[in-house]
Amino acid sequence: MREFRKIMVFTVLVTFMVSMLFIGTSCKQKAVAPQTTAAKPVTITWWHIQTADAEKALWQSLADEYMAAHPNVTIEITVLANENFKTKLTTVMQSNTPPDIFQSWGGGEMNEYAKAGLLKDITANLDSGGWRDTFSPGALGAYSFEGRNYGVPRDMGMVGFWYNKELFTKAGIDNPPTTWTELLKDVKMLKNAGITPIAVGEGDKWPGAFWWEYLATRIGGQAAFDAAYSRKGAFTDAPFVEAGNKIKELVALKPFQNGFLGATQNDDAASMGNGKSAMDLMGQWAPGTYNDSSADKKGLGDKLGWFPFPTVEGGAGNPTDALGGGNGFIVGKNAPPEAVDFLKYISSVDSQIAQAKINLSVPVVKGAEGGLTDPLLKIVQQGTAAAKYFQLYYDQAMPPAVGSVVNDSVQGLFAGTLTPEKAAQQIENSAAKEIK
Amino acid sequence: MKTTSVSEDVVALSRKAGSARRLQDKLTIVLFLLPAIVLFSIFLVYPIFQSVYYSLFSWKGFGPAVDFIGLDNFKHILTDRIFLKSVGNGLLIVVLSLTIQLPLSLVLALMVRRNLRGRAFFRMIFFIPYVLSEVITGIIWLILYNPDPAYGFINALLTRIPGFEPQAWLGDTRTVMLALFVVVTWKYFGFHMLLYLAGLQSIPPEIEEAALIDGVNERQMITYITIPLIRSTIRTSVYLSVLGSLQVFALVWIMTKGGPVNASEVMSTYMYRFTFERFEFGYGSAVAIVMLLISLIFSLVYQRLVRQKIT
Repeated sequence: MREFRKIMVFTVLVTFMVSMLFIGTSCKQKAVAPQTTAAKPVTITWWHIQTADAEKALWQSLADEYMAAHPNVTIEITVLANENFKTKLTTVMQSNTPPDIFQSWGGGEMNEYAKAGLLKDITANLDSGGWRDTFSPGALGAYSFEGRNYGVPRDMGMVGFWYNKELFTKAGIDNPPTTWTELLKDVKMLKNAGITPIAVGEGDKWPGAFWWEYLATRIGGQAAFDAAYSRKGAFTDAPFVEAGNKIKELVALKPFQNGFLGATQNDDAASMGNGKSAMDLMGQWAPGTYNDSSADKKGLGDKLGWFPFPTVEGGAGNPTDALGGGNGFIVGKNAPPEAVDFLKYISSVDSQIAQAKINLSVPVVKGAEGGLTDPLLKIVQQGTAAAKYFQLYYDQAMPPAVGSVVNDSVQGLFAGTLTPEKAAQQIENSAAKEIK
Repeated sequence: MKTTSVSEDVVALSRKAGSARRLQDKLTIVLFLLPAIVLFSIFLVYPIFQSVYYSLFSWKGFGPAVDFIGLDNFKHILTDRIFLKSVGNGLLIVVLSLTIQLPLSLVLALMVRRNLRGRAFFRMIFFIPYVLSEVITGIIWLILYNPDPAYGFINALLTRIPGFEPQAWLGDTRTVMLALFVVVTWKYFGFHMLLYLAGLQSIPPEIEEAALIDGVNERQMITYITIPLIRSTIRTSVYLSVLGSLQVFALVWIMTKGGPVNASEVMSTYMYRFTFERFEFGYGSAVAIVMLLISLIFSLVYQRLVRQKIT
């Protein structure tokens, strides 16, 4: 027994020491930067949220190429899943230590960081050497605040209707709707054919907010939002209340899948991917999620179609106006100059084409559109590029508090617990408090 | 010590030695407590005071808090319809836990305590839900509750009854709280059952044997002997259950995020929404303080009541 205990203690000690040894060496590896050239060694920290293998590999290969060309630069990549990224980023932001380059959706949240002085102003870099002109201006604008740029986009797409052509034909609908009245008529026809007309993951709230925001854009156009956002107008103005009325009309037809109020976007994607619902108002990532959430992992294939949000009769908005958003990278306040140079490298045309080829990005750099292979994504890209006015999702265009109230209030509209006037009032109250 | 002393000297000496030892004992106690106190202060006491401080500001969580607004946050919280609803929902879980979950756990504990075949097996089965993480539990039940009978087991089962329409248990404001309560019960009854089992084991068998000889029937045995003898366990279990119900978070957040339209909002989801979704850290801190006060007041009142009952 005693012998046995001795052996046990010995084993534990040895394991402990060996593992300490490993910890020691791995720490050392990190600490020693390559010093092959005379240039000062620099480390760039980069956080992205592409966890899928092909996408992760693409970013890694770009970093490797850059490091090979610049031996004094070490790029440390941290890959995080979407929600984990948000949580972890909040923590490092509060402790005043942002990463050098990191994922951003631009707009309100980025503005908060910029206001708190946590980001690096790269306006001068964009202006030198024509870097600015390589981007489509609408997409780049999402990463600026009060005229200063803090990052660059890599992806931008508009929200639109993804629909199941087969189910539409079954219900006797020849062409997708182009006006709100037609849309309501088609919803009734689908219902009569025993098909669930619309899938929506309203438990997540933002999918429903897309409806309200698009309606407000169609009814009030850019002018309505600009007025409300600049505080010359208000979110209680007629277009926003009218958008609520339209949702009320729609909800009255009971067009959604069973349990839509508690459904997540994954449920919504499964309903579409398995051919149970006929249409879904969603962003450029939708086809991927349908494939992923369908029972056979193949999704709808050729049966999937896309049409833009219908116009609203008498609305002030231009039919090409688009609601959407995208992804980009912004630069932390402590980033070395090399980080900006590297950012330039990963937003080159070649890099954008490579991203488009694996359907990671709907490109925002001119000349990279050719990389897109999916015909529907090409339509989305063209619609995005052609938009006279590009309305960023409200929950990104405005401070997070207002965006969150928009999402909560619209859920009330979908549930029928809030009147259009009351929902608009809630949003206005929050805007009055937060937007100064 | 070779000297032979008179008895008084011995007494004096030993008293002196005694007081020295007592001092040394105290020092030892302090030294042993020190690490715990330091950790407790850094990770519990300090953050509480920090939250109290931030709760007086309108603060977004970045940079220093400068916008001092006094007690405005608290004024908003206590008049916000949704916060009051979240308190109501918390109390609903408390009441249901005390009236359904704990009695159920007690009955099960009494059952698996007996010399039945396979009782070890049942004990284990009943305890498994408690071992699962809350996140996993939430996801399992999300799937079980899925409104589409092709995915959701519960609806698949119920739709076999002719005329039964599939229900969106978590997507309907009328059913969501009950649906969540079922999960809370499923998750925690095993823990309370284990507490009761431990209490039951401490009952000396002689008492029950004596009662049997005196001819009590089973019902009398349980109501007059068994339950009174585990009263202190029941008190602990009630206390833990109430506090747990008031602070339930992960299950609710994963399954409903407090929705639909705040129908299943509880205090912690309300706090999380304001802090991490809306970046209103000052307001979130104030909610945390209100939660702390509610739990603290309950604890103090409960301790007082229970102590009075003992004496």
